[in-house]
Amino acid sequence: MLYREAGDFKTTYSDDSQTFPIRFDRMGYYVTLLIAFGVIPLVINDYWANAVFVPFLIYAIAALGLNILVGYAGQLSLGTGGFMAVGAYSVYKLMTAFPGMPVLIDVLLAGAITALVGVLFGLPSLRIKGFYLAVATLAAQFFLVWLFNKVPWFYNYSASGMITVPQGKMLGVYVTGAQTTASAKYLFCLIILVLLAVVARNLTRGTVGRKWMAIRDMDIAAEIIGVNPLTAKLSAFAVSSFFIGVAGALFFAVYLGAAEVTEAFSIQKSFLILFMVIIGGLGSIFGSFAGAAFLVLLPVLLKNVLVGQFGWPTDLAAHLELMIVGALIVGFLIAEPHGMAQLWRLAKEKLRLWPFPH
Amino acid sequence: MPVSHAEEGYVTADGRQIGGTLMEMKNITLRFGGVVAIKDISFDIRDGEIRAIIGPNGAGKSSMLNVISGFYVPTEGDVYFKKVKRGPMKPYEVARLGIARTFQNIALFDGMSVLDNIMTGRLTMIKSGLLSQALWYGSAAREEYAHREKVERIIDFLEIQNIRKTPVGRLPYGLKKRVELARALAAEPKLLLLDEPMAGMNVEEKEDMSRFILDLNDEFGTTICLIEHDMGVVMDLSDRVVVMDYGRKIGDGTPDEVRNNQDVIDAYLGVAHD
Amino acid sequence: MPEQLLYAMEVTVNGLMAGVMYSLVALGFVLIFKASGVFNYAQGVLALFAALTLVGLKNGQVPFAHVINAILGTDLHTFGWKLPALLAILLTAGVMVLLAVIIERLVLKHLVSQAPIILFMATIGLAYFLEGLGDVMWGADIKKLDVGLPQGISDSIERVTDRWFGYGFFIDNLDLVATLVAVALVASLTIFSQYSKQGRALRAVADDHQAALSVGISLRFIWVLVWSIAGFVALVAGIMWGTKSGVQFSLSLIALKALPVLMLGGFTSIPGAIVGGLIIGVGEKLFEFSVGPLVGGATENWFAYVLALIFLVFRPQGLFGEKIIERV
Repeated sequence: MLYREAGDFKTTYSDDSQTFPIRFDRMGYYVTLLIAFGVIPLVINDYWANAVFVPFLIYAIAALGLNILVGYAGQLSLGTGGFMAVGAYSVYKLMTAFPGMPVLIDVLLAGAITALVGVLFGLPSLRIKGFYLAVATLAAQFFLVWLFNKVPWFYNYSASGMITVPQGKMLGVYVTGAQTTASAKYLFCLIILVLLAVVARNLTRGTVGRKWMAIRDMDIAAEIIGVNPLTAKLSAFAVSSFFIGVAGALFFAVYLGAAEVTEAFSIQKSFLILFMVIIGGLGSIFGSFAGAAFLVLLPVLLKNVLVGQFGWPTDLAAHLELMIVGALIVGFLIAEPHGMAQLWRLAKEKLRLWPFPH
Repeated sequence: MPVSHAEEGYVTADGRQIGGTLMEMKNITLRFGGVVAIKDISFDIRDGEIRAIIGPNGAGKSSMLNVISGFYVPTEGDVYFKKVKRGPMKPYEVARLGIARTFQNIALFDGMSVLDNIMTGRLTMIKSGLLSQALWYGSAAREEYAHREKVERIIDFLEIQNIRKTPVGRLPYGLKKRVELARALAAEPKLLLLDEPMAGMNVEEKEDMSRFILDLNDEFGTTICLIEHDMGVVMDLSDRVVVMDYGRKIGDGTPDEVRNNQDVIDAYLGVAHD
Repeated sequence: MPEQLLYAMEVTVNGLMAGVMYSLVALGFVLIFKASGVFNYAQGVLALFAALTLVGLKNGQVPFAHVINAILGTDLHTFGWKLPALLAILLTAGVMVLLAVIIERLVLKHLVSQAPIILFMATIGLAYFLEGLGDVMWGADIKKLDVGLPQGISDSIERVTDRWFGYGFFIDNLDLVATLVAVALVASLTIFSQYSKQGRALRAVADDHQAALSVGISLRFIWVLVWSIAGFVALVAGIMWGTKSGVQFSLSLIALKALPVLMLGGFTSIPGAIVGGLIIGVGEKLFEFSVGPLVGGATENWFAYVLALIFLVFRPQGLFGEKIIERV
């Protein structure tokens, strides 16, 4: 079976606008889903869940969210860490206030709360643009982290100032707390990621997505053809913050279990997720996955090779990682601003025409 | 064929019926700080006609178009659309009144495909909300495909079927101009504003564009207001012409009347071909 | 005068001093932004890198000792000599010029005509790279930096103010030196850009790239020049901050403090950078002094940003920036 679209004629507009127009891609997508849902949960252990899979799934959600804002709507934000913190502290307050509630509901509500906060901090985007806005979002980052650190109500007056997740269930299975199995963590995050990825795809292929991209590509022209910048920008902030809030909630509740805001949700987190989006590909759903996978795997790989194989000091490996990530960011922006997703697309373009490139 | 100012309109030489006043500019003045871009200009645009605004460089044509499109608010004077006075409006609110435009320096969305660009022209008509679109269920999908059908007709009309899925950034200049026209048409405007639609085109592209403009006025009855540098094209295309110079109106009438107007000859035609 | 008021005055003076430091970093930003339209997030890391290099050269550290030791199993640390402070500073300035050339060759040249936001993100990448490079070259431990600048509380000021107000002001000698250096730096930069040939070229480029190119100004030379100057300003800032609180990663975070200064002052205005720095320096100290105790303190972390944000919403071009007119 060759990688072809020839002969696969589309007879309806709904066929033509589907997510994977090429049959081979569609097959690949179903196989991936089958492995992700059918195989991995059976074989996953604690190391793989904690080192690779759970962080990947959660970061992919955050990267999707940030990509909607930066890649699709063109509004650069450096406040991701702060918004993840909103999700984390919301889910903590909800879980401790309503212990019996299914965790999924808590997580979604946390996303909704973050969306509100995101809209609030997105308001300046109506007046200011570009890196002025980027710097303005830093205000959200620093203010939110300070708020959660200094107001004891948020961490339920715990002596350490940390928040610790209570045990929580979903359909009778533990998904948070000490008794959670690796596969439960994995599946819980996977289900949420898949749902949100479908939502992101639907939003970006339709009217809302076109409004965002119009604002991104030329805001004045967008306004003249009838896009209301207020609703377009704020809806991007809302949807993006919802995703990031959900990611923050899962990061705390499922992955970390206990968190301290200045460490877990610092500005470094904002940059990490921005880097995922840049390396993966601005304005690409697939890119958000690729970027998250890459930046989750890179440190694991460096640690295993440099520290494990060659016995280098850990801090040296960490510094090398900084250099590699920095160089990659610059390299991608110079060579391929659309990131790994574009490289993948180009490769597929070649493959589609192979073996007759003309 | 004298221009009638009666409400019922007039009949053109080629037999098209032109209706009553669609848009009226009354004593428009526009200042930027100390600079006067437009000085006390009045004219009207009638339903179904092709109206041109011409003038030498710096005459204030683009500023005038920006006033009509609502991007600039005039310092003095009033704008009436369908006999209703139009107060200061946001550009996107003007779009919802049924006024669409193209730009002199093409303003397409470079990161999107041709199809997506044209689909943005229909944004003002979409009713389904965020949630419905997020789930791609029910009205959202139905609406999308209904609008896609309308857009495909425009794509056929402008003969750009083969570049439907191409990113706009990769297209040559002439095609970009055509896509921009398609996007404006997708909005099914009452009034279509064209800002130098033929600028920078070769003869063949100009002919194509003239044909499209005449066809769409003929087939869809769209009222068109265009500003243009190329005198020949304008005289062939338009029903009535406003001539501007240094921010003032120096002539207004049919192409023939304008051609014979001494002020116009002095100010514009004399220098245009030197 | 009542004690509270005097204390507030002391806080204000200290805020002004801190503000001078912010201005110093902001200055580097403004220079690069004016000449190349690049919003250089790496400015703070440049300061860190300069300070690390200065300490390393002065103490005769072997560059990349960590890596060499890890690969070859050796135990290198220093060459065993120490350089005089002035020589080390000159050598470091040379390194910063070299760095400017390399950045122009490897990064900026390839990003000409990209959107400002892409350039901005590229400098974030650059910041990460330089931070890693600094650590790999010189080690990440906290280092003491002493180039002979006076430190500690100024006795004479304490004595004089005590005689005048009956209350001795605590002001750090280093802050006084920093203020003098900053004033000197701004003065010499102004003279340079107003009266020298290169300075005129720089202003021409800042005004209009195309026009400057057409009269024969080399854009690439200007970029190297302006990044060198920014590197030099970073070195000065690095010396001041490094002497004050040691050379360590947190030094690069002063860039984050300079950002709201720029938003306040406008990205294109040197006086704006200075006035903005002073407003933020004084504002955050006074806010912490008056409101801080009520809300748990540490308001310096966000005050500058929130102030700048509120300000921007009402005046998007900053205090001294040029008004932006939109056209189609």
